[in-house]
Amino acid sequence: MEAGTITPAGERGSALHRSPAARLPDRLLKWGLTALSVGVIVLIAYFFVRLVIESEPVFKQVGVVHFLFSADWVPSKNLYGALPLLVGTLITSVIALLLGIPVAVATALYITELSPRRIRGPLTVVVDLLAAVPSVVYGLWGFFFLIPKLQPAERWFADTFSFIPFVGGVVTGPNYFIAGLILAIMILPIASAISREVISTVPREHKEAALALGATRWEMIRMAVLPYARGGIAGGAMLGLGRAIGETIAVTLVIGNAAVIGHSIFQQGYTLSAVIANEFGEAASDPLHRAALIAAGLVLFVLTLGVNAVARAFVMRAERGRRAAHTPSGMAA
Amino acid sequence: MSSIAFEPVSARRRRVDKLARGSVAVLTAAALVPLVLILYYLVKQGIGAISLSFFTTDPTGSFLGDPGGIKSAIVGTVLMVGLAAVVAVPVGVGVAIWLVEFGRGSKLAHAVRYFIDVMTGVPSIVFGLFVYITLVLAGVGGSSFAGWKGSVALGLLMLPIVTRSAEVVLLLVPNALREAAYALGAPRWRTVFRVVLPTALPGIVTGVLLAIARAAGETAPLLFTAAVVNATAFNYNDRMNSLPALIFQNVGQAQDRLVTIAWGAALTLVAMILMLTLIARMIQRRSRLS
Repeated sequence: MEAGTITPAGERGSALHRSPAARLPDRLLKWGLTALSVGVIVLIAYFFVRLVIESEPVFKQVGVVHFLFSADWVPSKNLYGALPLLVGTLITSVIALLLGIPVAVATALYITELSPRRIRGPLTVVVDLLAAVPSVVYGLWGFFFLIPKLQPAERWFADTFSFIPFVGGVVTGPNYFIAGLILAIMILPIASAISREVISTVPREHKEAALALGATRWEMIRMAVLPYARGGIAGGAMLGLGRAIGETIAVTLVIGNAAVIGHSIFQQGYTLSAVIANEFGEAASDPLHRAALIAAGLVLFVLTLGVNAVARAFVMRAERGRRAAHTPSGMAA
Repeated sequence: MSSIAFEPVSARRRRVDKLARGSVAVLTAAALVPLVLILYYLVKQGIGAISLSFFTTDPTGSFLGDPGGIKSAIVGTVLMVGLAAVVAVPVGVGVAIWLVEFGRGSKLAHAVRYFIDVMTGVPSIVFGLFVYITLVLAGVGGSSFAGWKGSVALGLLMLPIVTRSAEVVLLLVPNALREAAYALGAPRWRTVFRVVLPTALPGIVTGVLLAIARAAGETAPLLFTAAVVNATAFNYNDRMNSLPALIFQNVGQAQDRLVTIAWGAALTLVAMILMLTLIARMIQRRSRLS
């Protein structure tokens, strides 16, 4: 070795040439953490497999197609057709999206583009606080406040607009609409947060260009902001949909828990998640009933998986587009 | 001075602009209505239930007379969420460290991130079902329903939240800090524990608090893992009560006395969760990263 290079310091050797023993903690950490991470994958895979195995009895007994598309859910007669539950889950989720997403996008637009700078922070916190209210509290509130207070309005609406499909007819206390409304409130924070994030990344140049061309604020939003943010907003909506599909306790308290397909949005029904929460106690002694509930959970799992995959694709594409748009003008920001 | 003749914005366009901006503001205001209503109702209905004995006695479960307090539910919630956090936080942060420090860019990291995303999307009730199948039905630990099984369900729920938020913060730690540590001869583990983690700590704590707040409000996974009982339990192998489960059960009873208890319990729960959330936000604001 030439003089001038780093010489070993003492007997322990140079820091550049660590002994294998000194390198052990590094390797332990690396492989320990790798094992942990692989453990997550194994866990989810095991999760899925166990759900499939445990729900098998009911699929064997009634068949997958029959389970999904037959409308008779009568556990006492061993009839397990999950169609009313599936329909209930879809109807309530769609109502939640129709009511919740416009409001979520509006709050995001208001906070990022229109509001006075001073109230921007507090407003964001307040919208986020909606996410802090537990599901069971939404249910409690829905049960004792929304159901009685909204019933006259629902009756009036059902009578006046009875020509719209699925609106007219009898109005029951707990119903699809109330459940959808509560879900709309519950998905508002996540959908709003994601929309806000996407909208705040719209390049300033696009907005300024629109304004410079003489656009009003709203025209600027419509022509520069919304087209740019569309993908991300759709992703946020899909994430909200995933939440709505899986939400349990709040829905259980306000949907009425009747395993029928209601004739209008103001009639009671049931959802996949609610049936699991409600019937679990009585199913403990009946293996077939239990398997049916686990199968309902499996359907729920697969549904949310699909919805979230689509959501992720949307958000990822929006992010990629954003990065591409940002690279050339990165300095200006 | 030559002037450029600007076409004035037409009355119609101005009207549309006003109308659109007005409706956006109205919709935003509408978004705040439920929060105000819920908080107002919670306080109005719940405050009457609250007294010292409300927090220091267990529910009696008797059909008539004194319904008791919510002590067992508070103790159960704190114990179960606490155990869940003790397990889920180190694992969640560990996975995040691996994703950022060791696995960055690898195929395995993509797979792990994907599965963490999947976990985020899994409805909480499905976690409950899973724990019910694997731990309750199988009678693991010699018990059927038990507090620690509730903790497992809550922990599964917290894990992806902790990992995702920790990963975001770890990615914000400037690479220059890592390089400086390496240049001084620090091994990797030392860099991780002495440089990267302390820098990211406030952000990680924020994520952890939000995950705890989320878990504390969960009902569905506890119903068939820890069950609902009246007595206070300190043994994790016993059934444990929890605030959300107690609220859910009391609403189902449709008895005024029990419903009042439910409102009081809901007020307590929301106060606990809001406090955690606000502390989390405060720490986030103070943090140098982000």
